[in-house]
Amino acid sequence: MSANAVAGITSDRADAPVRLKVEHLAKSYDTKAGSVPVIADLTFEVRAGEVACIVGPSGIGKTTLLKCLAGLQPASSGSASIDGHVIDGPPRDMALVFQEYTRSLMPWLTVVKNVEMPLKHLRLPAAERAERIRSALHAVGLAGAEQKYPWQLSGGMQQRVAIARAIAYRPDVLVMDEPFASVDAQTRFELEDLCLAIRAEFGMTIVVVTHDIDEAVYLSDRVIVLGEKPAKVTRIIDVTFPEPRDQIVTRAEPAFATLRSEIMELIRKAH
Amino acid sequence: MTVSTATRVTRTASKRRTATRRAPRWMLVALEIVVPIVLLALWWVVSAGSTNTFFPPLQNILQTLVQELGTPTFLMDIGSSLLNLVISFALASVLGVVLGTLLGLVRWISWLVEPTIHFFRAIPPVALVPIFVALLGFGTETRILSITLAALFPTLIATLDGVRAIDPTMNMVTRVYGLTRGQRIFGVTLPAASPRIFSGMQVSLQTAFIVMIASEMLGSSTGLGAATLQAQQSFMIANMWAGIIVLGIIGYVASALFALMRGRVLRWYIRSQQIGKEA
Repeated sequence: MSANAVAGITSDRADAPVRLKVEHLAKSYDTKAGSVPVIADLTFEVRAGEVACIVGPSGIGKTTLLKCLAGLQPASSGSASIDGHVIDGPPRDMALVFQEYTRSLMPWLTVVKNVEMPLKHLRLPAAERAERIRSALHAVGLAGAEQKYPWQLSGGMQQRVAIARAIAYRPDVLVMDEPFASVDAQTRFELEDLCLAIRAEFGMTIVVVTHDIDEAVYLSDRVIVLGEKPAKVTRIIDVTFPEPRDQIVTRAEPAFATLRSEIMELIRKAH
Repeated sequence: MTVSTATRVTRTASKRRTATRRAPRWMLVALEIVVPIVLLALWWVVSAGSTNTFFPPLQNILQTLVQELGTPTFLMDIGSSLLNLVISFALASVLGVVLGTLLGLVRWISWLVEPTIHFFRAIPPVALVPIFVALLGFGTETRILSITLAALFPTLIATLDGVRAIDPTMNMVTRVYGLTRGQRIFGVTLPAASPRIFSGMQVSLQTAFIVMIASEMLGSSTGLGAATLQAQQSFMIANMWAGIIVLGIIGYVASALFALMRGRVLRWYIRSQQIGKEA
């Protein structure tokens, strides 16, 4: 247990194997003015079935980190690996949910076709494909909206479609880039709980990049706080609240406020 | 109680808004039919008894048109023009989309040929016809070639722009989910570019139509353009007008058919734009 752990019911996730491992990852961009470092040195790990949130001041390079994790761009040095396999391209066992659902969903496809899109090249038996789509849409509460188009749905519903698409892909690791930043507060609470429900149902490891500290504390088993420029890990905080978490009860825990101010302090110092 | 009042207020407000915003659909359709009829009637009345050689009475023109429609040569002219138009437009569309996609996706090819394309695009399409006639003669192939080449550029450029304008997020999605190259092009890139492609095709259709007539007028003896010009040169003015009317009808029907096809293929786009406006 880390020094920052909060007393509570410890889940068996603490003993789970490490799924995502980031070791001395650094990234700099080559510009005309020379090499500009964005990430200096990041090391952290996320165990199977954990939810980890990455927080930090804006412009710290969270999106850059995310692109490295997703294999969309190579790291300058160091590595990220899933189950020991170094990520050198988009890994098959990872899915990504983007902040801008309007731009990540295909407006010419219905909800069900959007969810089906990444499954097409997997050559699944038709029955399994249909079952994956059905269960994914059911899990996000979109059963009945299959034949609608994304633009006929509210923002929160569209993000649910994007999440369903990720679930149906059955990744081991689900990475989310500020997934709930563009929806209203009420919907954000619902989607946070959806995120935890998905982890419980499908056993995925979830990494969320967010700038919402409350969200990070509420969702996480582990909060990874980034700071300085170029980015470093300033602290890794284990979070243990009684499960299942509850928007009212968990947020009312005294430890919630403590963690929240601790992280805020770290981020303010990093500025 | 308060809730029901509130909904009622919103409903009437939104109804009033749509009422002031646009006239009912049946009225627009009626206007589209009635206005040309009124114009024709006006033409009929004003031109009746006209002795001006170049503006014969509409009655004479229509009589000539009916007569002409009974002669095989005139029908052959119409058939030849339509065939040229359809074949060339189809060729231009397919080639435009294929080449545009290729140029949009493969950087080094676009570096090589894009300046040339922009040069040829800048030349008014009709100006190219004499070159083709000089190079290739007056055959059907010449005409199809010149119409196709002229009509190619609008679709090509629009496809190129559309393919390049694809959202980076969309591209990341396709990479993260490991879509195959074919899936990326046919499942994402082309559908995303399709609104622009259709705008380009619309211009291509207009260009094809203009160049079709122009190519027939230059040294050809078949086709509506040739027939119309011949009529004018031999002072058969009523025949000339009959030709012009048929050309007008073909042009109108062609763009109406195109609009119908666009409406079908881009249904998702048109409706999503409407929703965006209402919101």
